[in-house]
Amino acid sequence: MHRDNDRYKAFSRRAVLLLGGNVILLSGLIGRMYQLQVMEGERYKTLAEDNRINLKLLAPPRGRILDRFGRPMAVNQQNYRALLVPANILNVNTTIAALSQILNVSAREKKRIAREVKRRKRFSNIVIRENLSWRQVSQIEANALELSGVMIDVGESRYYPDGKASASILGYVGMVSEQEMVRDPLLQLPGFRVGKAGMEKVHDVALRGKGGSSQVEVNAFGREIRELSRIEGQHGSEAWLTIDNEVQKFVAKRLGESPASAVVMDIHTGEVLALVSTPSFDPNIFNKGLSQVEWKQLISNPHSPLTNKAIAGQYAPGSVFKMIVALAALEKGVISKNFRVFCNGEVELGETLFHCWRVKGHGHMDLFNAIAQSCDVYFYEIALRTGIDRIAAMARRLGLGKKFKIELPGEKAGLVPTRAWKRNVKGSKWQQGETLLAGIGQGFILATPLQMAVMISRLVNGGRLVVPWMTRTVVPFAGKPPEYSTPPSFKSMGVHASHLGLVKKAMSAVINSPFGTAYKARIKEPEFFMGGKTGTVQVRRISEAERESGVLKNEELAWHERDHALFVGYAPLKIPKYAISVIMEHGGSGASTAAPVARDILLELQKRDPNSGSGAMQERREVRLEPEFPAKKFLREG
Amino acid sequence: MFFSKNRDPELTLAEKIWQLNWSLVLLITSTASIGFVMLYSAANGNIEPWAYRQMIRFSIGLVVMLLIAVSSIHFWLRYAYVVYLACLGLLIVVEFFGATGMGAKRWVDLGFMSLQPSELMKVVIILALARYFYASRMEDVERLSYLIFPVILLAAPTTLILFQPDLGTAILLGASGIAVFFLAAVRMWIFITGAIAGIASIVPIWNFVLLDYQKARVLIYLRPEQDPLGAGYHVMQSKIALGSGGLSGKGFLAGSQSHLSFLPEKHTDFIFTMLAEEFGLIGGLVLLGLYFLIMIYGFAISLRCRHHFGRLVGMGITMVFFLNFFVNIAMVMGLLPVVGMPLPLVSYGGTSLLTNMIGFGLILCIFINRDVTLRPGAADR
Repeated sequence: MHRDNDRYKAFSRRAVLLLGGNVILLSGLIGRMYQLQVMEGERYKTLAEDNRINLKLLAPPRGRILDRFGRPMAVNQQNYRALLVPANILNVNTTIAALSQILNVSAREKKRIAREVKRRKRFSNIVIRENLSWRQVSQIEANALELSGVMIDVGESRYYPDGKASASILGYVGMVSEQEMVRDPLLQLPGFRVGKAGMEKVHDVALRGKGGSSQVEVNAFGREIRELSRIEGQHGSEAWLTIDNEVQKFVAKRLGESPASAVVMDIHTGEVLALVSTPSFDPNIFNKGLSQVEWKQLISNPHSPLTNKAIAGQYAPGSVFKMIVALAALEKGVISKNFRVFCNGEVELGETLFHCWRVKGHGHMDLFNAIAQSCDVYFYEIALRTGIDRIAAMARRLGLGKKFKIELPGEKAGLVPTRAWKRNVKGSKWQQGETLLAGIGQGFILATPLQMAVMISRLVNGGRLVVPWMTRTVVPFAGKPPEYSTPPSFKSMGVHASHLGLVKKAMSAVINSPFGTAYKARIKEPEFFMGGKTGTVQVRRISEAERESGVLKNEELAWHERDHALFVGYAPLKIPKYAISVIMEHGGSGASTAAPVARDILLELQKRDPNSGSGAMQERREVRLEPEFPAKKFLREG
Repeated sequence: MFFSKNRDPELTLAEKIWQLNWSLVLLITSTASIGFVMLYSAANGNIEPWAYRQMIRFSIGLVVMLLIAVSSIHFWLRYAYVVYLACLGLLIVVEFFGATGMGAKRWVDLGFMSLQPSELMKVVIILALARYFYASRMEDVERLSYLIFPVILLAAPTTLILFQPDLGTAILLGASGIAVFFLAAVRMWIFITGAIAGIASIVPIWNFVLLDYQKARVLIYLRPEQDPLGAGYHVMQSKIALGSGGLSGKGFLAGSQSHLSFLPEKHTDFIFTMLAEEFGLIGGLVLLGLYFLIMIYGFAISLRCRHHFGRLVGMGITMVFFLNFFVNIAMVMGLLPVVGMPLPLVSYGGTSLLTNMIGFGLILCIFINRDVTLRPGAADR
């Protein structure tokens, strides 16, 4: 093995050579480290203080929310704010003390800031105050020396130009809660807002956009010296809604401050044109930072302004439900359109008396007149003949009893009772009296204003299963309107056209016949005629004793015991396009309070419609201008 | 014959585990643990996203290392060229994707993980060259014709990596290969001639071989100051961070430069800067000390080995390890141009960690099989 020995010697020699070389190089590294860290350490420490390169995240502008014509409903405004940079602060208390001379910082705010300084990571900033005035900005800049760690920053904040009017659709934005603060570094930006309710919440991720970044050179006090590089973020996408903001504002104004809600939609496409719930709130206050008092007022208000009554309010539909009962009865064949009932003001079932709203009774009634005059006794009778399960099936076809998955949080399903439901949920047998009550839309039945608007739409759009929707499109910020997508087409719900025609004719009579319940609330201009149905929903039980002495009028009752006023309607009468549902909580009778509101809105809608006016009027004139029914028929039956 | 036949039989698994150099394993784990701590700091005091994953990868790497340690040394001798060809194949795959418009792509997606073949090649080239030289006689290495094949072995992957383009890894690979030539007792005048020829060929290669975009990339490697917001600026920031750490550092998680400044790649290539900022000169020396100890183990194991294959592989891998950490640290201290080069065992990154663990696995394997006889031609059995 002499040969291997030679080789081994050569290998060992060279390995030691290499190792020696390595040791020299290593010493070089150590020498360099000593030079940088010990010999020049002080110099680099100063450099580190004076020359910090900070990577800032840039908040992207939040995408606007626009109405169907591109009119802004939610926009961004410039906002000067004071930030605290914990890493640069010398003493929190002295800084805040100096600051409070300029900004008037309350004790509660001081506590909040101290808490956030502790909670946040060392290098993320804290918002002290937003929406600073020019005076405050210049004062802070002038006193920069005493205010170590305070920085002025220009941001954008959300602004809702119409305030209360569209709050039920838009919702609001608010501070990111600790639970939400995960992963996305954007959410940790000081003062970043996320959607908390309504469309702001539903489309939040798209509206947010993508954060950019900016590399800035800052000095030891966090003051920026210059920007080194910048990667622009991506503007949030813009949401185009189906809402017509002018109509929305009109409806909101018309409903006022009383607890009420209204939904206006296109009967063919399902586009929701307006959706209002009152009393409302100003979404701008959430953005500024709500005071405890303001928040308490909002949540303790008995009229619950934070609940969107149009989709989450569930009401007995009352007489509005009668069209469904009528269609169910016609479909089953238990009645024909000529079926008559004599109404003497009450019906007896077992031991119980069921009353008609008209104490004197309506006399002989057929289906047409029973709807037009809203005769309860007629519907007691035909509901009994039809049966609850058939009525329930028809109600579901017309959109009751289930959510439409509209793009707003908090939608409720309402309730359509059946025998099976009563057995499973209530654990008892269905009573005949309950069918009677269902015949006039009372009892267990519950529907939301949105569902009632869909119901009337399906009744007058040729029996199609239209579904409501609110977002036309969410598109990247481009500054130009998106392409109009073709409206969805809906299948037929399979209700006989002649039955629908009959109901529609009766709904016209409700408004336009002198005997109709809402004749007083009719539209007088022939080209803008409307149709509809009133509903008055009793919220208390009327005792026999009270009936004896005369039922109390709404005005005589405590507010919360008054009837709910309902109205569903459509217009134009001949070639319907718009549907509306209005519910005024404890508003009294549907005809006297809800119907006039609906009338004003439908009139406004038609006047705004570019297709109405002279051209469309002529078209309608060709069809026929007068209501379809002869007045004398009423004279005979009235 | 010094060794009788009965010294040759393969050791049993139990014997191998008994023979394992556990103190080296402990050193490796300690060094990797410094990495975990720094990755925790790099994520602002969070185990996610880096420290946790790095621990998982290290655990997998540890298993791979121990499996290689107890594997048969004959296997590595016999299949050295096969492993080499497989790795070269991967490099070609990367090159192919690069050519189809993916830019400078260094990764191969294996589905469950992405692999950087150029990183693996650092260990594989040592195996292949050691395989070639293990049976050479002193007279052989004096012949130039004998060196043609190993030069091709080395030049092929180096060229491929150079054109990825990854100048740093290419130079490092070339240097490690040349170290094996050196250890194989190739005559000194050949190295001197080679160096002169290499320097002389730079001008014609620059003028006639490299394309414009390749020249531009090489230039950026060589002159980072030309890109003040890029590499040059980062080195300046790295020096400030490191220098401001002083003797004992700013304290764990308190490295303001690393956290606040835009220190690039603080979890990968510039992790040493953060260590030196937070733990100062002392922290840096501790890590260098650990690296040096690992090197000494590699050196001692190679010298103690009775077969030439083991010596060449052991010393070659030790050199690769040294070059890796030396280039990285010299780079962050502004002594060498910035090239993409992770700090072994510490930087976040799967392939780099795996490559190092495979290398240490081979060193451990050599230690266990230090007295095994590998005769010339043993690989062809």
